[in-house]
Amino acid sequence: MRVRAQMAMVMNLDKCIGCSTCSVTCKQTWTNRDGMEYVWFNNVETKPGVGYPKRWEDQGTWKGGWRLDKSGRLRLRSGGKLWKAATIFANPDLPTIDDYYEPTTYDYDHLLTAPLSDRMPVARPISAITGLPMKIEWGPNWDDDLAGSQIYASADPNLAAMSQKVQLSFEQTFMFHLPRICEHCLNPACVASCPSGAMFKREQDGIVLVNQNKCRGWRQCVSSCPYKKVYINRLTSTAEKCTFCFPRIEEGIPTVCSQTCVGRIRYIGLMLYDLDKVDAATKADSDLVEAHRSCFLDPFDPEVIAQAQADGVPRDWVLAAQKSPIWALAMKHRVALPIHPEYRTLPMVWYIPPLSPVLDATTQMGGDNSVADDIFHTVTQLRIPLEYLAHLFTAGDVDMVAGVLMKLAAVRSHMRAVTTNTLDDSDASGATAADLEELYRLLAIAKIPDRFVIPKSHTEEGAALASWSSGCPLDSGNVRMMGKEPAMSPVFAQFSRRRP
Amino acid sequence: MSLATAFFGVWPYIALTIFLVGHFWRWRYDQFGWTTRTSELMEKRWLMWGSPIFHVGVLLVVLGHALGLLVPPSATAALGLSEHGYHMMALSAGLVAGAVLVVGFVILLVRRFVTKARFRIVTRRADILMYVLVAVAAAAGLSATLGLGISTGAYDYRSTVSVWFRSVFAFNPNVDLMASAPWIFQVHAVAAFALIAVWPFTRLVHLWSIPLGYLVRPPIVYHTPAR
Repeated sequence: MRVRAQMAMVMNLDKCIGCSTCSVTCKQTWTNRDGMEYVWFNNVETKPGVGYPKRWEDQGTWKGGWRLDKSGRLRLRSGGKLWKAATIFANPDLPTIDDYYEPTTYDYDHLLTAPLSDRMPVARPISAITGLPMKIEWGPNWDDDLAGSQIYASADPNLAAMSQKVQLSFEQTFMFHLPRICEHCLNPACVASCPSGAMFKREQDGIVLVNQNKCRGWRQCVSSCPYKKVYINRLTSTAEKCTFCFPRIEEGIPTVCSQTCVGRIRYIGLMLYDLDKVDAATKADSDLVEAHRSCFLDPFDPEVIAQAQADGVPRDWVLAAQKSPIWALAMKHRVALPIHPEYRTLPMVWYIPPLSPVLDATTQMGGDNSVADDIFHTVTQLRIPLEYLAHLFTAGDVDMVAGVLMKLAAVRSHMRAVTTNTLDDSDASGATAADLEELYRLLAIAKIPDRFVIPKSHTEEGAALASWSSGCPLDSGNVRMMGKEPAMSPVFAQFSRRRP
Repeated sequence: MSLATAFFGVWPYIALTIFLVGHFWRWRYDQFGWTTRTSELMEKRWLMWGSPIFHVGVLLVVLGHALGLLVPPSATAALGLSEHGYHMMALSAGLVAGAVLVVGFVILLVRRFVTKARFRIVTRRADILMYVLVAVAAAAGLSATLGLGISTGAYDYRSTVSVWFRSVFAFNPNVDLMASAPWIFQVHAVAAFALIAVWPFTRLVHLWSIPLGYLVRPPIVYHTPAR
């Protein structure tokens, strides 16, 4: 057993209203620079829908993630070392700007300089890349709220696995929002595919980063990441990605996307995992979610605590792992699920599947959506959204998704019974009242200290952090990186670069 | 100082000095910019053809130059290759290699400067300088191979140009030998050393970052904090 700590996130999709505040605040913080116009480290998609970049889940096209070969060995879907050597001059699987979208700005200057006229001057759209006039035909969430549309939803790769008949009835009933960031996987395909060795996983908290001074622009990471969460800066031609806001995390404060989430859907906490079990989990034949869960270590187990100490995990980090909302949601109550476990990267941003479409359907079917039995009945009847959710979160295991939804329904009906003083002893979900009430508090009323349990960094990187935070790195846009400032984290090199 | 001395006795050393010092400077101050400067994100269809063809052409051309410049005629003769046989081989292989390089180069130039993608692809001054020098060197090299190889029979550059080239690296440049060579070879040599001089300031530095380490390294890279 080798104990490692991993910073992880859970998003409660039931509470996501699709406002994209997370995306906007993230962009303002990290990607509002030249060369990163098209990049959203955090984006919110409408499901079913094509997503950003278009059809990112279609690994037949992009070759992201891992697969098992015939003899059960784990292989990058994008190819082995020899194939990568053969395609090093041009990556056949790389998405281009048109698969994302052409970023747009507007000719605002015209509003001020237009000559006197009878007509109002108009700021026409111009490309943020070429500066030429353009027609806006796609965007980062072009199909926002259009899940019922035949044009967009039918292109969702998850639906391709389902039958046509299923699609049609499904699209009339079901829509939810899916915010996405980098998964900071336990088995990151981007890191494994980086020819330069510029990408790395931090041993202390599992955050996956790009060393900007080592990235040579081979762009294998972009295609190998099945979530398409590594991006090329079009001006520097280096790879950049979500940093899990590590400078904030090191200070014990949540990521920007989590802090600013209007619906309070996000939870951040530590997970302890066994590095020795990762290999087996990536090669599991079936039940990938349980295989993933088997990597996690019980932070209350005295043996784990002792080994954590031996492996250099600080004592207060173990305590934080015990209080981790991620542990509670993913392991104790088992309502959080990984996204696309079949990519075998062991992603560490998990999701609580949405119950609200089931509640709507319950009402439509003449049931009472506050009565657990009615909801259970609906869940068992609603094979269609269940199958869809299973494609997203359990590699097709419908029963596992149904189990989670029933538990969420049980929380609702239990709390209704408590509030209306009609509690009886019947317990359809198999959970105890104490469990249901704890889950209710976690899902419905958790305050910031309950949602974000983030121990401060212990490393001496504090000194390095201080050296750059003494001056805003964005201010030094015209200063070239000088050898005299070795304390500058190479991950931030892109900020100190003069404009290309 | 005669022009010949300037071009064939001094310029190579200036170029090589800039090459060495320039790389040291670039590595010291700009590892962040030390990349392939890929623009595949902006345009892929032309690149999928142009880039592999160009790079394979370059590899072939470099191999040919190594054979022609570094291997003395006595060595090929010892292997049983006659002077005529060598030249036929060098001519045919050189033409193929050069043609591959030029085809790839033209595709890349069209992609960058002619297609609609030109508005999207960022071209710096260093890139333009590099393209000009590659074009001049390739044009001179190909015409030397073609023109002199076919029309006037085989020019024996191995007893002049190659000897001069090796003498440069022996720090005893034999300027007269190079001065006696046809002008097209002279242009080729001067342009080639100019390319060497601008090398550290262009995307050409990515040659030194061929990711050989990837072939032997474990897949997942962990970064342990300094304690």
